[in-house]
Amino acid sequence: MKAIAQRALEAACRNGVSYADVRVIERRERHVATKNGKIGQLSHSESLGAGIRALAGGCWGFAATDDLSGPGLERAAALAVEIASASAAARRKDVVLVPEEAHQAVWESPCRIDPFSIPVEENLDLLLKLDAGLRGTPGITLAEASLVFTRERQVFASSPGSLIEQTRTTSGAGFAAYSFKDDEIHKRSYPNSFGGQHQLKGYELIAELRLLENAPRIAEEAVALHSAAQCPEGIHDLILDSSQLGLQIHESIGHPIELDRVLGSEANYAGMSFLTLGQLNRLAYGAPLVNVAADARLEHGPGLGTFAFDDEGVPAQRVDIIREGLFTGYLTSRETAAQIGLARSGGAMRADGWARLPLIRMTNVSLLPGRQSLEEVFDVDHGIYMETNRSWSIDDKRYHFQFGCEIGWEIRGGKRVRMLKNPSYSGISTEFWNSCDAIAGPGHWVLWGTPNCGKGQPEQVMGTGHGSSPARFRRIKIGSAYGR
Amino acid sequence: MPESELLTRAECRRVFEAAQRAARTLGVRDVEVTLGATASALTRFANNAIHQNVAEQRGYLSVRVLADHRTARASLNRLDDAAVAGVVEQAAALARAQAPDPEWLPLAEPAQVAEADRWSPATAASTPAQRAAGVAEALGVVESAGQTAAGIYSAAHGAEAILNSRGVFAYYADTLAHFSITAMDADSSGWAKAGAPDVARISPVELARRASAKAALSRRPRELPPGRYTVILEHAAVQDLVGQMFWDFSGTAMRDQRSFLTGRLGEKLFGENISIADDVYHPLQSGAPFDSEGIPRRRLALVERGVPREVAYSRAAAQREGRAPTGHGFPIPNEYGEAPLNIVMEGASTSLEEMIATTPRGILVTRLWYIREVDPYEKIMTGMTRDGTFLIEDGELVCGVKNLRFNQSLLEMLSSVDQLSPAARAAGEESFDMVAPALKVREFNFTEVTRF
Repeated sequence: MKAIAQRALEAACRNGVSYADVRVIERRERHVATKNGKIGQLSHSESLGAGIRALAGGCWGFAATDDLSGPGLERAAALAVEIASASAAARRKDVVLVPEEAHQAVWESPCRIDPFSIPVEENLDLLLKLDAGLRGTPGITLAEASLVFTRERQVFASSPGSLIEQTRTTSGAGFAAYSFKDDEIHKRSYPNSFGGQHQLKGYELIAELRLLENAPRIAEEAVALHSAAQCPEGIHDLILDSSQLGLQIHESIGHPIELDRVLGSEANYAGMSFLTLGQLNRLAYGAPLVNVAADARLEHGPGLGTFAFDDEGVPAQRVDIIREGLFTGYLTSRETAAQIGLARSGGAMRADGWARLPLIRMTNVSLLPGRQSLEEVFDVDHGIYMETNRSWSIDDKRYHFQFGCEIGWEIRGGKRVRMLKNPSYSGISTEFWNSCDAIAGPGHWVLWGTPNCGKGQPEQVMGTGHGSSPARFRRIKIGSAYGR
Repeated sequence: MPESELLTRAECRRVFEAAQRAARTLGVRDVEVTLGATASALTRFANNAIHQNVAEQRGYLSVRVLADHRTARASLNRLDDAAVAGVVEQAAALARAQAPDPEWLPLAEPAQVAEADRWSPATAASTPAQRAAGVAEALGVVESAGQTAAGIYSAAHGAEAILNSRGVFAYYADTLAHFSITAMDADSSGWAKAGAPDVARISPVELARRASAKAALSRRPRELPPGRYTVILEHAAVQDLVGQMFWDFSGTAMRDQRSFLTGRLGEKLFGENISIADDVYHPLQSGAPFDSEGIPRRRLALVERGVPREVAYSRAAAQREGRAPTGHGFPIPNEYGEAPLNIVMEGASTSLEEMIATTPRGILVTRLWYIREVDPYEKIMTGMTRDGTFLIEDGELVCGVKNLRFNQSLLEMLSSVDQLSPAARAAGEESFDMVAPALKVREFNFTEVTRF
């Protein structure tokens, strides 16, 4: 792979570029899933290809190919430069990059048990046991369980001399139980929706998730939702479990802090951001107890946004996004950092495989743990607790959001008093984070993986990480999803 | 019929024969080979300049083996003989790892697939310079209005094929182009998009004019209180919203009881004026005329005068229900079975202008965004308006309005349609391109408003 990368880079440099980089990526994936006692998915896929990014005449060009022969790489390199030259027809100013040293490194993510060494028979056996555990509860009409494992080996080479080899292994697992009765479909998922939990780990993750132990409870909850009360509509105190809060962070903090959105690059599709440049170091994004960091370093944990170098060769960093409630930082690239006068990129450029251009993507954007105990977070006279995302939607500048959850509970005097079905809440991002008045401590903090974040044209799907512990928000609008 | 130089029929046969040889050495007789190759390019602009400009060429090979009532799939993006042998071996190993399935189906038998010609030499030959010139022209329109713009101009061509040991050989080559533009004024925006197999049918300048006019007309947007309004949904908004429900028109989804049609097929769920088909051969549609097993796609009368009539069946779903497959199956094995993907919603004769002129008070919606399901059985969807939302009073567009969140049941909405425009090919971002009319809907449920 190194030889391919060097050859492609040399080809690009022969075409008169001011900068070029090449990523050669080999990806393996195993996906095993069951549905109602039968195999739903059983597949293995591999791909190998190269993406060449060239800066010529002040403009970017990018070409990707899976023809890794000498002539194939030459053609792709020439096409990248041809595309950059064509871009000059609609150019306003030359692309400028903040400096970055050349790096030589080899890095592999921690992986105690290679998931690809586990026999598929063992995968199927686990999933079928989970399936039986779910369907053992009367009233369950559909049971699904899945495992997904990926390994991506990447060589990055750039014209200033970087040569970086990274290997990342991820594992994911989860299950869902559905119950259809009397014109209602209810669903419960574990440990999260979106196929469960996903982390930068090997097969050791599967045992940590305690899947089999939780199957009967989840199935019983799915059935019990039929007889639960409808979540009331009104203004209430809200407590969120850490997985739902992970998605709340993703949508109402993670996307708005992408500097390419702020600067307009995504205006036609993913949208822009309410976090205009004048808000930096001025906006009270959240209450003083709210601290959020974007941290791609391994020290933060085994997140889907953990790596050693981003996809333009910048080392993983921690960037403070919200410090004691104050908005303090964006997710940046070498180009966007230069546009707002920063000295260095925050290292957030990531690409969906070899065929796609790196974009600013979330790394691990996490709400740092608070100081309260779980009992203190739940200590409200009257409130509503919601668990596990069911629907999510936010406007294209990331002001107004609405989330639905799979299950809710009415809280009185700090105790759960009854189950609620169809819970939802909505609000304006900054008002929501300013209403936060309790965050549980590190013992309840989980680094969740969101494997399906979409952005860019052509669309790219990326895995991101979001750490959070349960937290409380005062006077939130509840239940308008079912409002009339 | 058209053939892509990226993947010729002869190359398909060569790869299939290599897969069959490799399978025989493993004692496997039945093999299904799916392969494809595409070359796609996309020129992206923002802030009145091209900022991302990309091209990719890629192929794929996916092999499914069947043996002893077991099946499994392995995929790779190389087509040389050694790679083909490796992927066959991988699929066979996965198949051996499972218990036999009593409902297992043998390979599909060959069937006649009527050709669908959607190959445009102009699209296949589109160059970065041509796309850049189109973008520059469109930007000229927007800049002359004192606005900025962002968008894409894309072109793709390629081919896909399915072959199996029973003699199935289905091949399809096509091209597809899209242009999309968002024009932005100080406090407003407008959007337009078009897609077609032939790039010559797309006019970047015309789309730029449309987006620019919407941005100009929606300056200084007013805030309206949430509530129920008469709403005119333009073609793309209809596509994005109505397009969300067709995953439920699936025999597998009904069997799994996750479809809103469970127990409702044949009941009148929508208004008399709603008729929807799945028709891959419609002149404004695109996509392969066969499914992932090579079964010809049959036209489906999904909704007739408000009554859901037919749903899609893969071979496996059809066998379970004692029906014939409709040609809409996904690659096996999979959890979801099948879905109709070539939606054609019947329109009527009211123009968009007439709809506006006959509306005493209402809201015109250009585009919807971030649509997600709130309730799977009542089919309540939530989402936001975006890039051109207008107040209508006394039959005229009065001003732009701040964007609104809706929580709207599709069952209720499609029972409250007062007027339909002629159908056209619509391109949005939330559903597949679809042939759809604009709709005027009573009592559309807006629940909240955002800041812009």
